[in-house]
Amino acid sequence: MTLLTLDFFFVAGGCVLAAVGGLIAADSAHPKRWGSAAFWLLLALAIGAGKWLSPTLVGYLVLGLTALIATKRVGAPQGRGGDPVVLKERAARLGNRLIWPLFLVPAVAVVGGLTLEWVKVGDFLLVQPKQVAQVALGLGCFAGITLAMRTTGEGPRVAVQEGGRLLQLLGWAVLLPQMLAALGGVMGKAGVGDEIAHLVAAVLPVQIPAVAVLAYCGGMALFTILLGNAFAAFPVMTLGVGLPFIVKAHGGDPAVMGTLGMLSGYCGTLVTPMAANFNLVPARLLELRDDFAVIKAQVPFAAAIWVFNVVVMYVCVFRR
Amino acid sequence: MIKLIGLAVVAVGFAFRMNPLLVVVVAGLVTGLVAGLSWHEVVTMMGQFFVDNRWLTLPVILMVPVVGLLERHGLQERMATLIRRAAGATAGRVLWIYQILRGLTSMVGMGIGGHASMVRPLIVPMAEGATATKLGGVTDQARAQIRAHGAAAENVGNFFSDDIVVAVGAVLLIKAFFDNAGVEVPLGEIKLWGLPTALCVIAIGWWRYRRLDARLARAAAKPATEREVKGPKP
Repeated sequence: MTLLTLDFFFVAGGCVLAAVGGLIAADSAHPKRWGSAAFWLLLALAIGAGKWLSPTLVGYLVLGLTALIATKRVGAPQGRGGDPVVLKERAARLGNRLIWPLFLVPAVAVVGGLTLEWVKVGDFLLVQPKQVAQVALGLGCFAGITLAMRTTGEGPRVAVQEGGRLLQLLGWAVLLPQMLAALGGVMGKAGVGDEIAHLVAAVLPVQIPAVAVLAYCGGMALFTILLGNAFAAFPVMTLGVGLPFIVKAHGGDPAVMGTLGMLSGYCGTLVTPMAANFNLVPARLLELRDDFAVIKAQVPFAAAIWVFNVVVMYVCVFRR
Repeated sequence: MIKLIGLAVVAVGFAFRMNPLLVVVVAGLVTGLVAGLSWHEVVTMMGQFFVDNRWLTLPVILMVPVVGLLERHGLQERMATLIRRAAGATAGRVLWIYQILRGLTSMVGMGIGGHASMVRPLIVPMAEGATATKLGGVTDQARAQIRAHGAAAENVGNFFSDDIVVAVGAVLLIKAFFDNAGVEVPLGEIKLWGLPTALCVIAIGWWRYRRLDARLARAAAKPATEREVKGPKP
């Protein structure tokens, strides 16, 4: 039994989304008023009450959300938040006080992450150990919004309205990380990973050490590009290619192989739209016209780091 | 082979620039169906995974009211003003320093940073402010480049210094995997072998952001008629 669970924050997030949906429904100037309102209200239900609804119902809710997006019924109002001259005046008035709420969030999250585990109320733990990091971040956001409202003298309505402005910039992208996780889950259950590892091992001459290293690092990157997650690629590629061909056949050092293999996977993360929360969501959040702009900026990074990883692995993994 | 059809759906969908959400949902449905699940079962499974992964979306939802409210009161303008006082600041240097700081927090396993909580409200306004001061304005094109590299600085800083000092995520996952596979690997060695890449990434960042600065300067040096001059964006 714990007093403060993650569910509390899901309900809070659901309330924010519902309020955003409500404000859109009340806004007769909104270009896609009803479709957008329906999208955010349904999402509020799925996020806020997801735990208590049947998974089947949530599945159909998700399909409904996707249908609203696919038929282009969801949009954001034009125009930006506020007149530049007014904003400059306000900024001059509040000065550095504007910045503190942003630092309060991680500060509370870090301190909470280190301490909440030990807090007990009577015989009850305050927070379940597994959820500490996420609960601490949630508390940080609450502290941040409280301080931000005090500093600016605005109420929750304006906070939701401004938050809604940013959420509508994100649009469908806000949903994508969760759907990619769902896709990864379905693929895992269907055994897609093993199939790919077999394919790599069957096609390439992995009995040559350099080819084994290349196949493993390349496979990590490629598989991460396809699934959008290096953590999902790691067990598959390491079981299918890394352990049998680098460690067992050629006596490679598993620590070197595993670490640099994971880092090679991250290079794949940098260049794939499947890692939406790192690559597509920020492009929208930063109001870039090209959804792939962040990926394009990261391609040279990814290529250079990948080559470095391969070289270091080849030089160091067989050294003993 | 038929199991890989979901990946084909994803590849084709992204190649034709179809809506990513639609692509991903269709790929999930197709993968489940060819694996022999019924329609009902696949939808249920997607719903269950959606609920299990709600924590991925939660930080963004709870963070946007804070950022939105502060932006409405001129946060981005404030950051631009602050950076204008720093002599020698350029977009590239701001991003490089952010990438290194982000790497240091990631090294001790702390998730300080983020696109919504740091890059949009603080880092991008600083980089754009520095460019406006140094080059006398920021064009739309320059802004797009700075922002894309700002997001890259966050990602690169976040990814490649993972857990080198305090193991939290990736290092523990690697350790757990090898334990399960019956291969003995000391935790300290896994952390240690992350270090070369972490240092290399700082060097690569230096090169990338210097190129960004050079490109911005070149574009700004063109005659004014060829470009659209604007002040810093609100």
